Amino acid sequence: MRTDVGETVVQVRDLAKRYGEIRAVDGVSFDVGQGQVFGLLGPNGAGKTTTIECIEGLRRPDEGSVRVLGLSPIKDGYELRQRMGIQLQAAALPPRIKVGEALDLFSAFYRSSVDWRLLLEQMGLAQRRTSYLAKLSGGQRQRVFIALALLNDPEVVFLDELTTGLDPQARRAMWDLVRDMRSREKTVFLTTHSMEEAERLCDRIAIMDYGKIVALDTPGNLIASLQAEHRVILSTDDLSCEALLRNVPGVARVERIGERVIVYGEREGLLGRLVAVLEEHRVAFADLRTEQPTLEDVFLALTGREMRE
Amino acid sequence: MLQTRALWKLVVVQSKLYLREPVSVFFTLLFAPMLLILMGFVLGNAPAPEFGGRGALDVNVPGYAAIVIGMVGLIAIPIGITTLRELGALRRFRATPLRPITYMIGDVLVYLVMIALGILLLVLVGRVIYRVPFQGNVLAWAAGALLSAGAFLALGYVLASLVPNGRAATVVGNVLLYLMVFFSGATVPLAIMPESVRRVSDAIPLTHVVTLLRGLWFGEPVGQHLVEVVVLGGMLVVGTLVAALTFRWE
Repeated sequence: MRTDVGETVVQVRDLAKRYGEIRAVDGVSFDVGQGQVFGLLGPNGAGKTTTIECIEGLRRPDEGSVRVLGLSPIKDGYELRQRMGIQLQAAALPPRIKVGEALDLFSAFYRSSVDWRLLLEQMGLAQRRTSYLAKLSGGQRQRVFIALALLNDPEVVFLDELTTGLDPQARRAMWDLVRDMRSREKTVFLTTHSMEEAERLCDRIAIMDYGKIVALDTPGNLIASLQAEHRVILSTDDLSCEALLRNVPGVARVERIGERVIVYGEREGLLGRLVAVLEEHRVAFADLRTEQPTLEDVFLALTGREMRE
Repeated sequence: MLQTRALWKLVVVQSKLYLREPVSVFFTLLFAPMLLILMGFVLGNAPAPEFGGRGALDVNVPGYAAIVIGMVGLIAIPIGITTLRELGALRRFRATPLRPITYMIGDVLVYLVMIALGILLLVLVGRVIYRVPFQGNVLAWAAGALLSAGAFLALGYVLASLVPNGRAATVVGNVLLYLMVFFSGATVPLAIMPESVRRVSDAIPLTHVVTLLRGLWFGEPVGQHLVEVVVLGGMLVVGTLVAALTFRWE
């Protein structure tokens, strides 16, 4: 976990952007340190894409300031784009362009670029070099667009909704890719509306809702800050155990749904005490597991709403 | 700062993409030569008064060259640009250090190459199959064609900025093209049209292309076509300015 903000790569201060009456981004500030994977998490329409596009220099903020690698994305846009990689949420290339042609073309836009053939190989696309873009699967096409974002060996990579619309297998492959970038000391800035994705990938997470950041911390701290109840779930047909468990120290309440018993309580030592009591009274049980609060719960606690997919 | 490597790659890749699109290949490269072959069967090339004492094919080769220019300017460019815009491909280019001016120059070069290819095919068919004579100066005629192409390219970019999407571009482009082709005398000789139609035709940009390219084809001096040169030159300058001011990446 990289939580120490070393050299600041992205600095956003009081960023605001309106579309007509709607305040898409409403006074957002944060820093992203070198080598971090930073996640902007929130439901659709929260303002994530507008924020990331202001940082990329593709949109002009109404208010506030943005610096990337010490440069202004609007004024020094061309210089900056030599050093950063961008994967856009809504972008495509002509269907009849071949994979190799696209990479070769985009390589020519940069002062220096890595060998795109090698990149294709890393992405598992070497076999598709002469395929038309239209013939690729969703996951393959996404990998092409990621390859385009990595052509210039960027210092900071922006990934907007990296895994939206991908099947679970392709999604996992994308996650490995981000972890690989992180291990190579790249700074990664990503947006997602998947709690699981943010939890698995990010060193720090900003939770965004209605144009504002409602929380900003490490995934662990965000979850810990909830002080949410710990859950222990087990199956048993022994009806008497409910009363028994209720009297275990640290247990807040017990729910029973058919054979399933859910015990709510403090985190510290709960599981051990529960098992000890069950063993002592010779209660037969199965499928014992614990459930920790997730970012899903954090979002719910912060906004009072479920995350919409 | 001119990005020559990017420019070169853009021209190569965009040309390939253009040639992989069967519809654009048919209309800009094959349509005019096919029409000429067909007209050769139907009309032959005997001298006729409505063609000013020349054969139908003699006047149709430079006339159809004007159609090639119109096709690219009024249809290929607006549809091509709106399609890339809708796809988000232009946005993807914007997310790189590629300069808009580099992209535009590359785009213009590709369309000029396609016009040149289309006209070359047409002229070859005319010369080889029907032995249509060329009485002008090759350089002067090429310069006239380049000026005409420039004027219609500029018009095409303006149209691309004005129309909201690809479907609108298709409709507007086709309507404009057919009207212009009909009123310009590129196919049906103006001599057999009523006076009122001939007056409308003077206001049609493509008429000036037809007049200029026919005149230079038959060896008339440029001085005799100053009106056309000024009109098309004006279109080029004004169109380029408007297009530069209104161009949209998304």
